[in-house]
Amino acid sequence: MSDYHPDQIPQKKPFSLQLDVSKFEPATAAEKEQHDIMRESTTFFKDGMRRLFKNPLAVLSIVILVLLIITIVVAPMVVPYGYSEVIRVNGQRDRSVTNLRPFTYSQLEQQAIDEGQQVFPHIFGTDELGRDYFIRVVFGARVSLAVGFFASMIVLVIGLLYGSISGYVGGKTDIAMMRIVDVIYSLPDTLMVIMLSVVLDQVLGDSLKGTILASIGNNMLSLFVVFGVLYWVGMARLVRGQILSIKNNEYVLAARALGAGAGRIIRKHILPNCMSVIFISAALQIPSAIFTESFLSFIGLGVQAPMPSLGSLANLARGGMQVYPYKMLFPALGICLIVLSFNLLGDGLRDAFDPKLRR
Amino acid sequence: MLKYSVKRILLAIVTIFIIAAITFFAMNAIPGGPFAKEKAPEPRVQAVLEARYGLNKPVGEQFIMYLTNLLRGDFGVSLKTGREISQTISTSFSVSATLGAMAIVVALVFGLLLGSIAALMRGKWPDRTIIFFTILFVSVPSFILATLLLLIFSHGLGWFQVWSVTETNYTLPVIALALYPMSYITRLTKSSMLDVLGQDYIRTARAKGVREQLVIAKHALRNALIPVITYVGPLTAYILTGSLVVETVFGIGGLGTHFVSAINNRDYPLVMGTTIFLATLMVIMTLVSDLLYKAIDPKITFD
Repeated sequence: MSDYHPDQIPQKKPFSLQLDVSKFEPATAAEKEQHDIMRESTTFFKDGMRRLFKNPLAVLSIVILVLLIITIVVAPMVVPYGYSEVIRVNGQRDRSVTNLRPFTYSQLEQQAIDEGQQVFPHIFGTDELGRDYFIRVVFGARVSLAVGFFASMIVLVIGLLYGSISGYVGGKTDIAMMRIVDVIYSLPDTLMVIMLSVVLDQVLGDSLKGTILASIGNNMLSLFVVFGVLYWVGMARLVRGQILSIKNNEYVLAARALGAGAGRIIRKHILPNCMSVIFISAALQIPSAIFTESFLSFIGLGVQAPMPSLGSLANLARGGMQVYPYKMLFPALGICLIVLSFNLLGDGLRDAFDPKLRR
Repeated sequence: MLKYSVKRILLAIVTIFIIAAITFFAMNAIPGGPFAKEKAPEPRVQAVLEARYGLNKPVGEQFIMYLTNLLRGDFGVSLKTGREISQTISTSFSVSATLGAMAIVVALVFGLLLGSIAALMRGKWPDRTIIFFTILFVSVPSFILATLLLLIFSHGLGWFQVWSVTETNYTLPVIALALYPMSYITRLTKSSMLDVLGQDYIRTARAKGVREQLVIAKHALRNALIPVITYVGPLTAYILTGSLVVETVFGIGGLGTHFVSAINNRDYPLVMGTTIFLATLMVIMTLVSDLLYKAIDPKITFD
């Protein structure tokens, strides 16, 4: 084809199927316009995000989550009380500061206000030990969100490693690895969480004292351990399935033909193509971790005592529920709002990113 | 089908064995034996006692002893009450089983009903309302729901008596337990019903002039039921664990209450015994629902 020239139309041989170029006419301007690129080409991710932001419920849940995160970051800077600090007025202990209703002041605080001092209001009142309840709920939300986030990160990392190895290697390794997953999958997770929490709490005992881990507490540590041991299997299955479907594509074959190693193919070709699905399901782990945490807090296996979590606050509030129902209401609303937002966001993400649901 | 069943049953047995192993070795890992009290018996007495209960044998042998005891239905003795754990389970489980069975029935019946309505009226207000509430209910932890129900309907409005020996009204606990799985089943039924309604055989049935009620009841609902059957296993697991919390909130003296108080009392043998009992029950229910699923729908093949 090197000697091809547009003006010299090659001679058509008899009975040849070669096209006769002289029978064609050049495209008009209007026809050429049809081939113009009207819109910027879009990636799978961008397209998904566009769909996501068209879904009002998903947008609402993003707004709620952003507001919540701003609140739990900013509030401790603004509110002058600590989450485990018993309120004192001018360095003096005040007996009437316990169990205050929202936006009320204790006798000493009222005195101080009358003298012209500034006292920061107790937005949610105070608890039975005289600690500011608003800041406790804020820290509780922090703890709950952090637990959810770290638990889902653990699940993501382990599931990703295990699933990608199993799916990529395939064969007998895959079968053996998936048998292990099957067995772990059929263990009743909540019961195992309870049992391991009970045992780890005793086994760890005081051995953590002095280390960084001590501030998380034995129970939370065992919750993370349990998530690392049990909950990753769903993620591993998902990753494996994704990899199996992507592995047989031509571009993977091309990469392999060019001599790319397994690690490079997984990192460069396979993972970027299934990341969105994997991240969505990791995000959906967060509410389930928050649920588990609040459940454990309820049966007395939650975070260490002065540290609040939404679950443990709600559990503590059950005691005086008939007298102070709002104490139950705030952490309960917090949990429901967080979980609801994540669920709505998850639904929205699935609708936006699932290629099967596209029309 | 036979090969699948055998494989599935073997997996269930392995799972139960692993659960028993985890509980046993976890229990062994807890520091301090049964005689490690402030008033420890004399070393000689302790040796005799340990020999009597087989505690001086190697761990492997103890594990086999433990397994044979489990097979005989002997779960050991509670540390606090000194009663046989199997006896505690058998007396208190009937209450939990009644509560759980009612919750399962309520969840299934209302879930299927609401799911079908939502699917048939897709996009209209009943569908929107139902889906809104199911999303809401899925986001409320059971103990908060139970507490709120107790606060509003029992303490506030006084419609239901607080649970006692003479007053056993299951309404509120069943609602607290059933709302979450009901919402889940509703969503499951809706999506599978929509799937079925788009099938060719539904169009064929309508084209033949079959009455709409019959199309729904005979052709659509029956096929839409199949995915719901797989949920029966997880449903049982949810109800059994949810029951721990709901029973505690309402003060019902079922197995759940015993379990939670055993956790707080650090009564390890009772915790372990109950764990094994409940876990086995869950594994069996999952097995049954999987086998049923396979038996009902021969189209599905498992590798």
